[in-house]
Amino acid sequence: MICQDCKKREAQVHLTQIINNEKLSLSLCKECAAARGFHSPLDNHPFPLAEILSGLAGDTPPVKNSPPGEEMVCKGCGLTFEQFTRQGRFGCGDCYSAFRSRLESIMRKIHGSSLHRGRIPEFSKFEKSEQALPIQEEERLQSELATAIKTEDFEKAVELRDKLKAVREKLMMEDTPN
Amino acid sequence: MFEEMAKSPATWLSGQGDESQVVLSTRVRLARNVAGCKYPTSADSETRKRIVSYFDSVLTRSEILSKGQYYKAADIDRLDQDFLIERHLISPAFLDGDLSKTVLIGPEERLSIMVNEEDHLRIQALSSGLDAQSSFDLAMQYEAEISHHLEFDYDKDFGYLTACPTNAGTGMRASILIHLPGLVLTRDIDKVISRITRAGLIVRGFYGEGSDVLGNLFQVSNQNTLGLAEADILSQITEVAREIIEEEAGARQQLKSEAADMIEDKIWRAFGILKHARVLTSDEVMNLLSAVRLGYVMKVVEFIDISLINEILLLSQPAHLQKYYGTEMDQNQQDFVRAQMVREKLRDTGP
Repeated sequence: MICQDCKKREAQVHLTQIINNEKLSLSLCKECAAARGFHSPLDNHPFPLAEILSGLAGDTPPVKNSPPGEEMVCKGCGLTFEQFTRQGRFGCGDCYSAFRSRLESIMRKIHGSSLHRGRIPEFSKFEKSEQALPIQEEERLQSELATAIKTEDFEKAVELRDKLKAVREKLMMEDTPN
Repeated sequence: MFEEMAKSPATWLSGQGDESQVVLSTRVRLARNVAGCKYPTSADSETRKRIVSYFDSVLTRSEILSKGQYYKAADIDRLDQDFLIERHLISPAFLDGDLSKTVLIGPEERLSIMVNEEDHLRIQALSSGLDAQSSFDLAMQYEAEISHHLEFDYDKDFGYLTACPTNAGTGMRASILIHLPGLVLTRDIDKVISRITRAGLIVRGFYGEGSDVLGNLFQVSNQNTLGLAEADILSQITEVAREIIEEEAGARQQLKSEAADMIEDKIWRAFGILKHARVLTSDEVMNLLSAVRLGYVMKVVEFIDISLINEILLLSQPAHLQKYYGTEMDQNQQDFVRAQMVREKLRDTGP
């Protein structure tokens, strides 16, 4: 059977609709059925994230009469909340803090909850103090050292060089099996 | 590349493990991001390179990670990329054109870590049959190892932070690949799926060119990653899997009592075509193998075993077929050679 809508493709979806006591039978191809808004429950629906987020973009801003330019912006990557609602992806971890006030309701819509109940990393930001993590720490110190040398801040450079040495020693210790 | 791999069946499709007659495999994936770095999709190439160099450093420092096989996306050609996708070692999103990506494949191919996919790290582990716990344990073992060297993005409210809000929290997606021919034949599948969906899980069918679900294979996975502990997700997916298995068994029982002759005919015809056909598409093989798999479990074709069915299923995928024969082929050649491969594999099998 040929699709009633496009009259080209093979009909694969057969529907019976009853509207106001009038029975309507349709035989459509998958594409035309989707165009009319019929989906098989087996179809691979993308999660309706876009819908959830686009609904939010139209919301009135939380602070009324806020001057323009006060839109939430992530300091880490420059992503605005509005951009986030359009692309559905964060740019970096700081976005979560930047958009925190709006995220709670988004998370509840997506997950039915807005609070993490899973594992806590061994070294999490708020409990970490002296325990610098080697690879990133080394990298951070290295770039600070380079800046210090560039700006001829030699006092700081010496300090950073010593710190870097300490981190490297720690790494060496880790490299050697106990 | 991967010539040896192509000749051996994937461990996660060995047909071993709990409920392996219905559940082909279980996968657990963890998404993690390196603290203080932009996420791959918004990062510049410098940052993406830095993530790879961080991961490279972890490799040199970790004994278990250094044992894996490590590849750069830039070095994997198109056929090999498809091959890895068919083997579930990389995702289709790995092929978005950003060549900074890398992938680590762990022992027995049960583990893979993609670097710079949607998140900095995607750690996934696969098991044969229904085994969410051991997949989780394996993924976690590697995650813990990496966390000794790298700090992950984490927030006390939102848990592990991910590029997409749908993955935040545990960053964990557990999924099973399940074979449901009984429920498809009795047409109860829609009912079952809408119930699973209401329970907060996602069901996907694998479509071929027609409207039928290819090979009657479905993927069931958790939708929520935030607000649940990892253990909750594991028991949720396992419980739902057991419910579906029970419903599938009921459907098969119903078919047996109401239409035994027709079902047996369907199974024997499928076996006959696989054993003698000269041209076979991969969709066709998937559907025929579905009938044979059903036949094995219903004790109609007991002489064939699940591991052979799984092996043929994997080898008949386009990239596998070409790797298996060591040469690139067009569609028509593939269909011809595929039939030849299936005949060879089934040569000593019969009543």
